[in-house]
Amino acid sequence: MEKKEIIEKVDEFLIDEFELEAEQLVPSANLKETLEIDSLDYVDLVVIIEKKFGFKVKGEDFATIKNLQDFYDYIEERLKATAQ
Amino acid sequence: MKRVVITGLGIYSTIGKTIDEVKNSLYEGRSGIGFDPVRKEMGFRSGLTGILERPNLKGLLKRRQRVGIAEEGEYAYMATVDALAQAKVDQDYLDKNVVGILYGNDSSAKAVVESHEVLKAKKDTALIGSGGIFQSMNSTITMSLSTIFRLKGINLTVSAACASGSHAIGLAYQLIKSGLEETIICGGGQEVNADSMGSFDGLGAFSTYEEDPQKACRPFDKTRNGLVPSGGAATLIVESFESAQKRGAPILGEIIGYGFSSNGDHISVPNIEGPTRAMKMALNMADIKSSGLDYINAHATATPVGDQNEAEAIANIVSNNNTPVSSTKSMTGHEMWMGGASEIIYSLIMMHNDFVAPNINFSEPDEHSKKINIATKTLKSHNIDTFLSNSFGFGGTNSAIIVKKFK
Repeated sequence: MEKKEIIEKVDEFLIDEFELEAEQLVPSANLKETLEIDSLDYVDLVVIIEKKFGFKVKGEDFATIKNLQDFYDYIEERLKATAQ
Repeated sequence: MKRVVITGLGIYSTIGKTIDEVKNSLYEGRSGIGFDPVRKEMGFRSGLTGILERPNLKGLLKRRQRVGIAEEGEYAYMATVDALAQAKVDQDYLDKNVVGILYGNDSSAKAVVESHEVLKAKKDTALIGSGGIFQSMNSTITMSLSTIFRLKGINLTVSAACASGSHAIGLAYQLIKSGLEETIICGGGQEVNADSMGSFDGLGAFSTYEEDPQKACRPFDKTRNGLVPSGGAATLIVESFESAQKRGAPILGEIIGYGFSSNGDHISVPNIEGPTRAMKMALNMADIKSSGLDYINAHATATPVGDQNEAEAIANIVSNNNTPVSSTKSMTGHEMWMGGASEIIYSLIMMHNDFVAPNINFSEPDEHSKKINIATKTLKSHNIDTFLSNSFGFGGTNSAIIVKKFK
């Protein structure tokens, strides 16, 4: 999956499921502080990622994901690892 | 002891989603019952059910607030918004004052089933999602509403089978009467989905008059053959007279008696003694004689033994047998955990509009129901100063509430 498609998919579910505004979704946006994604939202992120991208996220992986760019990169890496 | 009054009503039911809609349904004897073919495909003995669509809360509540709310919580939210508005309680008031919640609920089966289905399919609890646990618990309504409305008083779910909503109001009455709370959001909520009703259907307790659903539920009638499951939610704002007066809130009625008892008997078969004791206790607390009752809203669900024993219990306490009795379940079906609260609202609507709603689908009494005065048609121009509402549940839990016009 191309990076552009990953970004589109992530942005789409953040807008649809998490009710965020498109203009909030800049790569530097901090997930917790700017987008106000709380600890319970991370539980739902695991469910959505499994549905949209087909892999299971470990809760501890979120520790290194600070902003949206980290999030896009993480999904890209996991998809590449799955493909191999 | 403080006087306890009702200042707001809200309802989301099969016979209406506003007080005005419900008033018209009650007056016209309109049924909210239908047939659900999916239940037959699932293996139900009866496909009869109350028909109620779920509200769309998107835009009304934030995502986090919606994720934890179960079906019955959605109904309860809608009913509570209306009740608070009528009581003139806004969010600013809730933020600055101690307001509690006591709500009746005794299941949240669909959320349990859905979580279990995900676990069976995925074999990973992390894929159930964050809402599953909050939606699965009996206290799902109180946990959601107390966080949505930022409540700071008592926060408690009352689980007492089909008397849950009635006990919630009775307990609120006691807490306010004794000065422990000033204002409590009370009510009862009931899921309607098929997943939650299968085990009850399995007891053979549901009516099988499927050919004409609106005529299926026949409380007190000789030909009754079971209840019809239904649901929704009903909310009442209960508060001290002093608080209502200070706020300039409308006073819709005064709670003057709450009787309760346990049958100490069979788990599903009611008796006569337990309900009789609850009604007598309510009358004693209200300090009135049964002749002072202008209307009795019966629990009568249309099961053969339940109605028989309630008719005998009512005949025991009503000396002259002239007091009109009706079961609004003939129209709504059995609203179970919600029923004890909704039926206080139905009775208050009758009180405010001078009529008694009919016990529809009644054509012939049996040897027990002939002992009481059943309102088979709408009693127009019937003044109600004081009414009693009965609610009984599995395990032999009984609740009787008496409300009178505020004077």
